[in-house]
Order: sequence, then C-alpha cells, then structure tokens
Amino acid sequence: MKVGIPKEIHLGECRVAATPETARRLSEKLGFDVIIESGAGVAASFTDALYEGVGCTVVSDAAEIWNTADVVLKVRPPEPSEVEQLRDGQVLIGFLSPAQNETLLKQIAAKGASAIAMEAVPRISRAQKLDALSSMANIAGYRAVVEAASLFGRFFTGQITAAGKVPPAKVLVIGAGVAGLAAIGTARGLGAIVRAFDVRPEVADQVKSMGAEFLMLQFDSDEAGGTSGGYAKTMSKEFIDAEMALFMAQAKEVDIILTTALIPGKPAPTLITKEMVEAMRRGSVVVDLASEQGGNCEVTVPGQVTQHEGVHIIGYTDFASRLAHTSSQLYGSNLYHLLDEIGGKEKFQLDMEDVVLRSCTVVKNGEVTWPPPPVSVSAAAPQKELIAPAEPAAVVEKKFGMFDAALLILGVALLFAIASTRDTGFITDFTVFILACIVGWQVIWNVSAALHTPLMSVTNAISGIIIVGGMVQVGVSDSPAAILGGIAIFVATINIAGGFLVTHRMLKMFRRG
Amino acid sequence: MQLINSTDAFLLASEAIELNQSVAKVAYIVAAVMFVLSLAGLSHQTSARRGNLLGIFGMVLAIAATIFGMMMSGYLGMVIAIVPAVIIGAILAARVPMTGMPELVAMLHSFVGLAAVLVGISSFLESGIDVPESEHLIHNIEIFIGVFIGAVTFTGSIFAFLKLRGSISGKPLMLPGRHLLNALLILASIGLGVWFCRVDSSGVDSSGMVPLLIMTGIASFLGIHLVMAIGGADMPVVVSMLNSYSGWAAAAAGFMLKNHLLIVTGALVGSSGAILSYIMCAAMNRSFISVILGGFGGESSGPAAEVDGTVSEFSVQETVDLLDEAQSVVIVPGYGMAVAQAQHSLAEVVRILLDRDKLVRFAIHPVAGRLPGHMNVLLAEANVPYDIVLEMDEINEDMSSTDAILVIGANDIVNPAALEDPNSPIAGMPVIEVWTAATCVVMKRGMATGYAGVDNPLFYKDNTFMLFGDAKQNVDAILNKLRE
Repeated sequence: MKVGIPKEIHLGECRVAATPETARRLSEKLGFDVIIESGAGVAASFTDALYEGVGCTVVSDAAEIWNTADVVLKVRPPEPSEVEQLRDGQVLIGFLSPAQNETLLKQIAAKGASAIAMEAVPRISRAQKLDALSSMANIAGYRAVVEAASLFGRFFTGQITAAGKVPPAKVLVIGAGVAGLAAIGTARGLGAIVRAFDVRPEVADQVKSMGAEFLMLQFDSDEAGGTSGGYAKTMSKEFIDAEMALFMAQAKEVDIILTTALIPGKPAPTLITKEMVEAMRRGSVVVDLASEQGGNCEVTVPGQVTQHEGVHIIGYTDFASRLAHTSSQLYGSNLYHLLDEIGGKEKFQLDMEDVVLRSCTVVKNGEVTWPPPPVSVSAAAPQKELIAPAEPAAVVEKKFGMFDAALLILGVALLFAIASTRDTGFITDFTVFILACIVGWQVIWNVSAALHTPLMSVTNAISGIIIVGGMVQVGVSDSPAAILGGIAIFVATINIAGGFLVTHRMLKMFRRG
Repeated sequence: MQLINSTDAFLLASEAIELNQSVAKVAYIVAAVMFVLSLAGLSHQTSARRGNLLGIFGMVLAIAATIFGMMMSGYLGMVIAIVPAVIIGAILAARVPMTGMPELVAMLHSFVGLAAVLVGISSFLESGIDVPESEHLIHNIEIFIGVFIGAVTFTGSIFAFLKLRGSISGKPLMLPGRHLLNALLILASIGLGVWFCRVDSSGVDSSGMVPLLIMTGIASFLGIHLVMAIGGADMPVVVSMLNSYSGWAAAAAGFMLKNHLLIVTGALVGSSGAILSYIMCAAMNRSFISVILGGFGGESSGPAAEVDGTVSEFSVQETVDLLDEAQSVVIVPGYGMAVAQAQHSLAEVVRILLDRDKLVRFAIHPVAGRLPGHMNVLLAEANVPYDIVLEMDEINEDMSSTDAILVIGANDIVNPAALEDPNSPIAGMPVIEVWTAATCVVMKRGMATGYAGVDNPLFYKDNTFMLFGDAKQNVDAILNKLRE
C-alpha cells in the first residue's frame, strides 16, 4: 500500500505533510511504502537525500504520486489541478476546511475518492494526538509573538541599565485557545507583561497557569461562551458592547495586541476597530491570527503587514508555514497517528463506527459525509463528567441514621458512667487520654503518605512504652506477678529496639533525586 | 455533700509526693512531648530522621525516669529481661528484608498485645502502685479492658503475621454465622467482666482469676477469628487496625497503673493506627465496618458487566521500543512487584530512562502492597528518589498526557470498572486512570483476577498490551535491552 506526499503547490506554503522522521515511522511501524515528490521538503529544510535515507521513493513528477498512491497526504486543500488527478478509491488527507468548501467536497466525491479533513478531528482525549489544528495553532501562537517582536521597536522585558530604565512591553492576547495560550507563554518568556481575554470564563485558570492576568468582563450575565465542541460561539449584543469598552481601554494602555478569536464556520468577529488602533501608541503592533477568516481587526489586510496611523498590523495567514520545520514535524506526526488509528497497512479501513474516524471523514467512496453527527465534549473538564459513576450503590450513606444515633447515645452513656465514678484520679486520666487522642489526630494527618510504613514502625516502637508498666510490676513482692512483669519488659524491649532501628534503616533509604 | 466530697478528693490528689517521683513525672511530660514531636517529624522526608531520633530520646528518658522514680526493686530482673531483648530486636531490625516489613510490623504489634496482657494480669495479682480501696472497682475494670484489648491484639497480630508470611492462606475464612459468633464472644466477655468485678479481692488465689483467664482465652479466639475473616488485600487495613489496637492496649495499661505517659503514648499510637485505617478504607471506598467484618467479594447489587474483547500481547522488545519512543513514562507498581522483588531492576530501568531526559514518575495507590506506604519503602530501598514517587491524587490528572504506562503486578487499583461499572464489586473505589494514557503495558503473570475477584476491562482496551511472565525476569530483560 502506497502513501504519497506531493509538493505543496499553494503559493508560499513551506510545510510538507511528512518529514523524514514521520516517513520512517509510516514505513517501519505501519508498513506503508512512502513515495514523495522531489523537493517537497526543501522549503522546510528536508532534502530529498534525507527522505531517501529512510527508505522513501523520491519521484520527480507529482502526477506519478497522484496516479499510484493509495493515500495522499497534503497540508493545504487540493488545488483544482490536483482534484482533477484524484482517482476512484484514493484517500486524500489534509486540511480541507469542509465547512467553507462544500464545492470541493462535491468535486472529490465526484471522483469516487475518500477524504479526511484534519480540522474535523473531534476534540476528545483519545484524539488529542491527531489534533493537527492544535499543533498548528500552538506554532502560530509562538510565531505571532516572534513576528510582533521583530516589528516592535522596544524590548519585551523591562530592564534597568546604566543608561536608564526600559519599561517592559504590555501584551494583550484575545482568545485563550491553543494559539492564545502559546502566545501568552512565548510573550511571558520574552519578559512582557501579558493580559488575556476570552469569552469562556472557564479558561481563566489555564491563562493564569501560563503566567498571564485574566481580564474579567464586568457584566452581569451567566452567558458562557463555550459550546459543545470546546470552541467559542457568537455572543449577545450587550456582551459585545461591554467587551468593546474593555478592548478600547486596553488599546490605550498596551503595546501589542494579539487576536486569535475564531468562531468555527463563521467569519472572524471584529474585535479591534479602527478607532482602537488609532488609540494605540505609535510603534505598537497588532497581530491578527484570524486574518484568514477576515480578521479580528478592522484594518487588517489578510496576508500582509500594513501600517495604520503608525501602528503595525500583521495580517499573515501562514504563521505555521513560517515555522515550516517544526510544523511539518508535528503535522506529520498527527498524520502518522491518524493512519495508525485507521489501522496501518494491515487493517486499513475507514471505520465509520469509530467516533474519531467518523467525524473527520468528510467524503467516503464518492459520498459526502460532512457534517458528522455531533460529539459533545466540553473543553474545560470533560474527563471527570464522562466517567463519573452514576450508581448510588457503592457510595457510603452520609445520612444520620440509626447507627449514628446509637453511637451518640452510647457516647453520652459512657460520659455519664465516667462522671458517676466520682473519682478524681480516673477523670484526670481520662482528660489526659482524650487530649492526647486529639493531639495524635492532629499530628498524624500531616504525615506524608510515603512515610506511612516508617510511621507504623515508629508508633510500634513507642507503643513499646508499655515497658514502663512491666518495670513497675517487676518490682512487686509477689513472685508470679514479678515474673509476668519481667516477661512484659522482655517483649516490649524487642519492640522498642526493633521498631526504632528498622525505622532508622528505612529512613536512611529515602533520598531526593 | 457533693461539693465537700470532691474537695476532699482534690486535697487527696494534691498530697505531696517523694521528690524522685515528682522528677520522674516531669520527665514523663518531656518524654510525651518528644513522642509528639517525633510523629510530627514524620510529616516530611527531610525531618523524618530527626523525628525517629527524638522518639529514641523520649524512650530512653522515659525508661530512665521510671528506673529512678517509679521502681522500688527488681532492677536485676529488669536487666535480665532488657539485654537479650535489645539484641533480638536489633537483629530482627537489621535482617528483615524490605519486602518483609509487613510481617515484622505485624509481629511487633503482637508483642505489645502480649505485654499488655502480662502487665494486666500481673497488676491484678499484685499492683505495683497503691490503689486506694475506693478505687478498686475502677482499677479492676481497667485491668479487664486492658487484658481484653491486649489479647485481641496479640493473637490477631500473630495470625496477621502468619497470613502475610503465607504460612496460612490469605483467603477470608467464612464461618457460618460468624457475625453472630463475634457478637456472642463479646457478650460473653462482658458477662465475665461483671463476674470479675463482683469478686473484690485480688491475688492468685482469688476467684477473680478465673473469669479473667477465661476472658483472655475468649479474646484470643476473637482476635484470631477477626483476622482470619479478612482477605489478603485488605491486609493494609488489618495491620493499621492492629497498630491502633496496640496503642489502645498501652493506653489501657496506663489507666490501670495511673501512668499518664502510658496513656498519652497509647492514645497517640491508637489515633495514628485509626487514621491509617481510615485512609486505607477511603482508598478502597469501603466503610471501616465492612472491612472489619471481612468476607469481601461477591456481594454486588446486580450482575457485573461482562467483559469481552481481545487481549493484545506485547513482547519485551516491543515494550522497550515503546519506552524508547515515549517522552513521559509513568510506572504503577503493585504487590506483584514486591513479590517478584523487581524493584531494584526497575530502579535501574528508571535511571536509564531519566538519563535519556525522559519524564519518568511512579504512581502509588494508597492500598498498593500489604502495608500503608509499602511501595514507597521498597522504591526507596532501590534508591528511587522520592520526588518522582507520587501519590494517586497527585498524578491522576497527568495520566492522559502520558505516553507510556507500565503497570507492574497491580490489578484492582487500575481497574476502570471501578469508575465505569456501577455493579462492579469495587465500584466507586478511586483508581489510577492508566487507560487514559496513550499506551499502557500491563506486566502480569497471567490473566488471573486480582484479589477482589473482578475481571479487569483494562486488559481488553485497545491501547493496553499485556506482557506476561514473572515481573522480575521481564524487568531484567527490559533492562538488558535498554543497556544495549
């Protein structure tokens, strides 16, 4: 079975769908024959020789790949000339934007081929290793900060030098998805002060964990922006007004704005208006990661870097391609996992019962299968809810029942019995006993779980304190009683010596890495 | 009347005592504080050794104070008893293998129980302290309770020891009507207690000796029966429970001898054991009562889900390949690792993986092994740094982002049925969620079920692979391949 990788023909695309490393795994682990077009990896710094070195067949003509390969791996959606070459039964895998490209899907179907859209991989735990969108978003977030830094005329980090003080740059990241979080991490790494905003309040913790401040919207509504797919949705008018006021205030303050707000299947929402750009200081930078879908910034020109009133607007649509080496490696790895999921060479099958494959297969043997039935998994904390047992049987009842009542009565009776002894000595003893129990209870809860065995042996040793009882008894005149006392001393001493020494031996073994 | 009475008692209690006794009592306070600090020291590895030393100082101080302040004679007998016992204890401590810790701990518990019984009976024959006539009844009740707890601890610990050593079967012994039997034994003991307290004289010829000895026999049998009814994997609870009992036995001895140091120490140990038992029970999502009543298994409310599917096997080579490729590895050890003594080879494997800049960690379930914290001690013995050995709660979240999991000799603690199947006997028990990782390799001798007798759906999952065979041999084989 042949897997073919043609050179990307989209202008300026530098990525390639397999690197020598992922190609090796495709052939070694999954058993595929890999053929690749000459020069396919050059833009991502992978030479033909490297591919040949891992056993790939390098062919000079893309047509040969389209004619012989059973599976074609691509990055960009196929150009019309490529769609023409698709064959019956062939499987095309790549980014296809199925929601925007209905005609493309129909054309593929007309050829009798199958197609898998990498965007359509569902966001569930099992499919994380196939999630190419996240891989690319991560890279785009990083690259966006690097692009911004290269245009920004100042340090990101604040410095105090002999020549004076340099304030740190302030960065606002809008949209805390994968790209946004990656951008936060990168900007923090360069030393900037980072703030982030997202319509989904549940991502606040993720934002804080990356070291940014989460901007809360002062808005009374329990409108949450998450959807069943883990992406953002369109918000109400009041919400948007409040949001805009916040962005305007921030625009006057920050140096760099990174926008990553996308709503699946819709044009990107306009978040940064012309007025906001004009309110920013000269020399500031706006990076619009949503420019391919029209842009979050009103003045963005998709694919270009422009200036508006002295503010740089970066509207590239190919951030991931600008880091072609890494993005090819991660994307190739996602494809490898996908082909593994499909069954490799041996059990190659587009199983429509499998929820992951069902979701991302958009054309199956000449039939359009988009859109798939929804897979509902929220982005925030899906794991717990999914597997939480719905059974009452195994949960220990916490209600105040007969048993507790009996215990309470017993306890009260015991206290009365103690009171009725009218014996100061005993009551003093009992006071000491109860207080000691409480001290013990408090102290023991702090013991680390890793030290429970040493705890047992040490408590064992100190419970050898009963030796004191033996010592008091060994001195009595009655000889059987004294002998029993002596034996008690004997066994208690074994306990003391054994317990302390073995604890010492154990504790000596614990060491830090 | 009442008021005057209690004032009298107060005057009596505050009567001046001999100076040496007074010093001894103050020394006891210091010793008690040292014991508390000793346990507090165990809250972290860095302070644990100091904690142990404080315990030793406290003990030496307590013994010295007793010699100078509380003893009137019998020094020779004491020396004769102490010297060989120290030697025996030291030899035991030096020679026990770390896998044998549960046995040693159980055996030491039995000694405390025995000592409590002996001190109790001896104290009945002739008390080493002055007991005013008015307090005779209380004194007798204290003796009776102390001997009862001591006897249960003594025989219970001996049988726990035998079970842990494998001398007797680990399976729960299910006598018909065993709950009724236990109840009858306790009622009989109470009856004997009433008889015992009505006989107001003491001494070997006293008729009080008869009920005391009969009760000792009954309590001994109760201890055996309680432990026999509890199965092998509930042993962590049994051992901590006996730990607790040994503390209460010491506290009871303190009551009968009016010795506050004994009371305080006994209470500390008793609480410690009780907390450990509670933690173990919580880790199995079972109530303490149900563990103590024993006979676990086959009591589910409905039929457990049938497990079917295919089991995929892995070879040693495939496991090594997986480890080679993985960036993050989590190892989940269980009792099987202790039995096969695989911890040293495993530690070597971990060292090699760490040298290759992989993230390697251990995930420890609270009830893994036969003693609370048992796995930690075994790994520490094999020189695994303690900061990569994590508790279940600390690491469960990271499971889904882990590339490879190695489960070594564990079964029930990684069973997804606990979360997914409400009818499973272990439903609701917190488990290590190994199946959420990319790939999971389970090293096991065969397909046998774990202690709970529950089939494990984990083995049938797509991303789970079985590596059958002896854990030690397999880990050695992996080690050799990694070194190549």
